[in-house]
Amino acid sequence: MLDIRGLAASIVGKPILKGIDLTVPEGEVHAIMGPNGSGKSTLGYVLSGREDYEVTAGSVTFNGIDLLGMEPEQRAAAGVFLAFQAPIELPGVNNANFLRTALNALRRSRGQDELDAVQFLKLARAESKRLAMPEDMLKRNVNVGFSGGEKKRNEVLQMAILRPKLAILDETDSGLDIDALRIVADGVNALRGPDFSALVITHHQRLLDHLVPNRVHVLAHGRIVRSGGPELAKELEKSGYAGLIAEAA
Amino acid sequence: MSATLTGSAGFLAKFETLQGRLPGDSNMRAAAAAAFRAAGLPGGTQHQRRLESWKYTSLRPVAEARFAPDAPPRHEVETILSGLALLDAPRLVFVDGAYRADLSQPPAIGFASFAEQAEMGTLTWPDREPMVALNTMLASDGASLHVSADQDGGVVQLVSLATRDIDIHPRHCIRLDPGAQLTLLEVSAGQGTYLLNTVAEFHVAEGARLTHVRLQDEASTAFHVSTAYANVAKGGTYDSFTLNIGGRLSRTEVHAELAGVGAVVHLNAAQLLDRTQHGDFTTVIRHVAPNCTSRQTVKNVLSDRSRGVFQGRIEVARDAQKTDGYQMNQALLLSPQAEIDAKPELEIFADDVKCSHGTTVGELDAEQIFYLRSRGVPEHEARSILVRAFLAEALDAVANETVRAWLERSVETWWARRAV
Repeated sequence: MLDIRGLAASIVGKPILKGIDLTVPEGEVHAIMGPNGSGKSTLGYVLSGREDYEVTAGSVTFNGIDLLGMEPEQRAAAGVFLAFQAPIELPGVNNANFLRTALNALRRSRGQDELDAVQFLKLARAESKRLAMPEDMLKRNVNVGFSGGEKKRNEVLQMAILRPKLAILDETDSGLDIDALRIVADGVNALRGPDFSALVITHHQRLLDHLVPNRVHVLAHGRIVRSGGPELAKELEKSGYAGLIAEAA
Repeated sequence: MSATLTGSAGFLAKFETLQGRLPGDSNMRAAAAAAFRAAGLPGGTQHQRRLESWKYTSLRPVAEARFAPDAPPRHEVETILSGLALLDAPRLVFVDGAYRADLSQPPAIGFASFAEQAEMGTLTWPDREPMVALNTMLASDGASLHVSADQDGGVVQLVSLATRDIDIHPRHCIRLDPGAQLTLLEVSAGQGTYLLNTVAEFHVAEGARLTHVRLQDEASTAFHVSTAYANVAKGGTYDSFTLNIGGRLSRTEVHAELAGVGAVVHLNAAQLLDRTQHGDFTTVIRHVAPNCTSRQTVKNVLSDRSRGVFQGRIEVARDAQKTDGYQMNQALLLSPQAEIDAKPELEIFADDVKCSHGTTVGELDAEQIFYLRSRGVPEHEARSILVRAFLAEALDAVANETVRAWLERSVETWWARRAV
């Protein structure tokens, strides 16, 4: 399980997270909602180890180990996966090679045998078919020339292949049409199980219709100002954040 | 004969000693000696007249080095040769400048060594290029290759190995008759403090196609200077790729002339430098005939305190209408102390041409590194992937897959051996 205690973080000296307390038990999906600039993406980056954020207070443990003391690749090996809000383009890097390198790096760190090109392609083709992705996406350079929706689906493909224990989805639903949204939600739902938990950062109730969370948390000004069940998302859709933020301030 | 030689005076003294015993046209050698005496090694002395084409590269370290051409070999040729993992194809091997039939596997095309049949060629300018003058003065061996009309010469490997602290001046001349084809793989490597000063010329006749791939993997204490001249006739192609990874100091200079309608020239290159290596890639492309195409993608990966130089000059003569020229030079700096000097030059006298050039300098992208690491790829491997991605565009231009894979292995080796 993920256990965040009093987490504070800043970027170039500017505090963004100001004391987050959050527990995500194994097997649960939690949604993080909140207005722009509230620190949602920062939380995702801090959990996955991006270096330009400085953790100034608090702790994060994941299945009992101190996540903050680990390099990004060690966190990935431990099972953490961040689906980027704006996936990065890698010109000159073939998508299939990228995925295989990542999967084999994880397998190595877990003491498993690496997959050869044939074994890997079989797996990657099956997963991309399930996500209704055109097969040529595996042959193209990572995210280069991908549409917004294709980039998001490519993130979900990576998640499906890397099979994390904790997935952090940073606005993976933004910019997706209804069909793509359902595919993304199905991709996450397929991983749901006792060993999988997820933090779903989103602005919209829409995704949560397909990907029903166990808990919903509202983040504002770097703090969680309210937590509740799935009904909280519906309430926010009607009333907005204004009341909650005023309440917290 | 004296045990060591140093500087321009040393080379001239060597010439005096050898005069009369060197093969080929002695008048041409004497003229070259006069030109070299007047010019000296570029940057070799403090008060020298500065050559614009050598603005960023000084051969002072060459001028100060002590060469001992008569000393016995200090390194095993077999060790150096096996390290190169050459292809299973015909090879011409030169050791310390001399052709070694015992190590070679002659090709099916016409071959003669310079020692037995000295061919100085017609394209070089010893009077303008001091290092070409030096070569013309002292050249004692090299390869003359001849591919007959419409013949496919396949792959031929031209290998130069150094086993001691020696000055070597190979002289190569490669001729392709109309419609002929050849893939020439030129490899140089060695051990010790030596100078390899090669001059080569390439005649590509009508409709012929020469693919020229070079790997410069000299010893880290060695000096490598190479000057090549290519002349491409109507509908012919000179497609070259150079990978510079070795040497303390290297200078690769290419002069390519598009002499006939529809000729094509590619001068692609990659330089991977670390420590205090200096690598200079200098090119002059002359569009003389109309409807010709030239392409250049040059990639520099510079680490530690290394220094890369790219000088690319494109000349378009008045009659060379419909010229299509493209040049791109990019540098990836892996350390704040690494440096690149880039000097593109366009000189266009025709009015209906399409010529573009560009230069970029950058570092590895922190977001890209993080993206890879967040997927579980260790940092060193992530950087390696991004460096190879940067190089891919230049390497992808090498169409022969076996050759490209062979070059990629050298890139891997370079990455593996350098300090992180």
